[in-house]
Amino acid sequence: MTTRVLLLVGTKKGAFILESDGDRRDWALRGPLCEGWPVHDLIVEPGSGAILAAAGSPWYGPAVWRSEDGGTSWTHSSAGITYGDEAEPVTTIWSLAAAPDGGLLAGVEPAGLFRSDDGGSSWRHVEGLTGHPTRPTWGPGAGGLILHTIVPHPTDAARTWVGISAVGVFETRDAGASWTPRHVGVRAEFNPENRFPETGQCVHKFAMAAGQPDTLYQRNHCGVYRSDDGSETWQEITGELPTDFGFSLVAHPRDPDTCWLIPLSLPDRGRFMPDGHTAVWRTRDRGASWTRLDAGLPTKDAFMSVLREAMARDTLDPVGVTFGTSTGQLWHSSDDGDHWRMITDTLPEIWSVETVVLDG
Amino acid sequence: MATVLLPRSLLALFPGADRRHEVAGESVAALLETLDARVPGMRDRLVEAGPRLRPHINVFVDGTPADLASPVGERSVVHIIPAVSGGR
Repeated sequence: MTTRVLLLVGTKKGAFILESDGDRRDWALRGPLCEGWPVHDLIVEPGSGAILAAAGSPWYGPAVWRSEDGGTSWTHSSAGITYGDEAEPVTTIWSLAAAPDGGLLAGVEPAGLFRSDDGGSSWRHVEGLTGHPTRPTWGPGAGGLILHTIVPHPTDAARTWVGISAVGVFETRDAGASWTPRHVGVRAEFNPENRFPETGQCVHKFAMAAGQPDTLYQRNHCGVYRSDDGSETWQEITGELPTDFGFSLVAHPRDPDTCWLIPLSLPDRGRFMPDGHTAVWRTRDRGASWTRLDAGLPTKDAFMSVLREAMARDTLDPVGVTFGTSTGQLWHSSDDGDHWRMITDTLPEIWSVETVVLDG
Repeated sequence: MATVLLPRSLLALFPGADRRHEVAGESVAALLETLDARVPGMRDRLVEAGPRLRPHINVFVDGTPADLASPVGERSVVHIIPAVSGGR
């Protein structure tokens, strides 16, 4: 049996697919795909194996692209992705996720959630989220008012978490009919009048621990947090990380105690590698301690950024971890993050990275 | 029948679609509805909520800038042209 590893890369100017074998040393690149549209996220649909891309064209609007032949040919649709003719237009698709019941979920700008039950051909608005009483108070982060993170419960289709900048984490337990903000214990340092508001929280990314649906790791504008009770409360685990700030975070595919992230300098200090020193940080003890991993990475004069969706891990052992930069570089480790190599440094600005392992 | 001419970047989204279409309709909106029936999904690429033309899509009817409500004659030539703005 031959193992194939794919990196699905979304950039400012199209999607790219890089392919390797289980050794993950040599990579063949295809692209740009999706007609060069800006692509914010790519996923593989469980079951069908179709590749889906979340995109938005400055000219032609938002669309979810779909390829059933590994990225050679594509269709696209935004049918139903609208808040209605009286409301603000949807400008782009920011995030995609597969629900455990076979449905697809799409997060958009301005922030909202849409669901498809036909593989992305048509969509319907999940009105309960944008119907939340706090909606009139929602304000955009630097990237816009975007729904950027969708984490479905792995077995309970009625339960989903979403992340909206700069609003916060919301959870539904009734298939989207109602939503609850989940921020107890999360700091909003940029709000001097209320450091712990109900909304107006700047969540950047969160991920579920392997095999522990009630354990979530959150990368926030203001620190890093872990919840052990399904997001009802959060404990800060920023610890000895070099800064409070960053965008990316990924959780280990099997070990619920391990995740990786990339701290960045504070917003008023450039949002790039702190002191120009590139490093991925890993915890193996649920955030009690962090280890800096920089073997092979540029540790001097590296003033690049890594955005919220631009880091991913595969499911092999040892785990492969990949991140893409604002300068078009892809960096990969095939040993849990201990050692790094650059795959390419000639892509457009990278917005997202996803990994797929195929056997056969 | 009006003649509608589509831009290359739009055709690339619909493999096999023709650049030139003969379409019946009394307004730009009506032409786009007919085009959408012929090439499903095309209207969504050109029209946003409102409904109105997307911000960086221009339509010219017989050389005159138009919007969705603009009238179209039997022998009109309609160009759909993406703006040179919009990219980064």
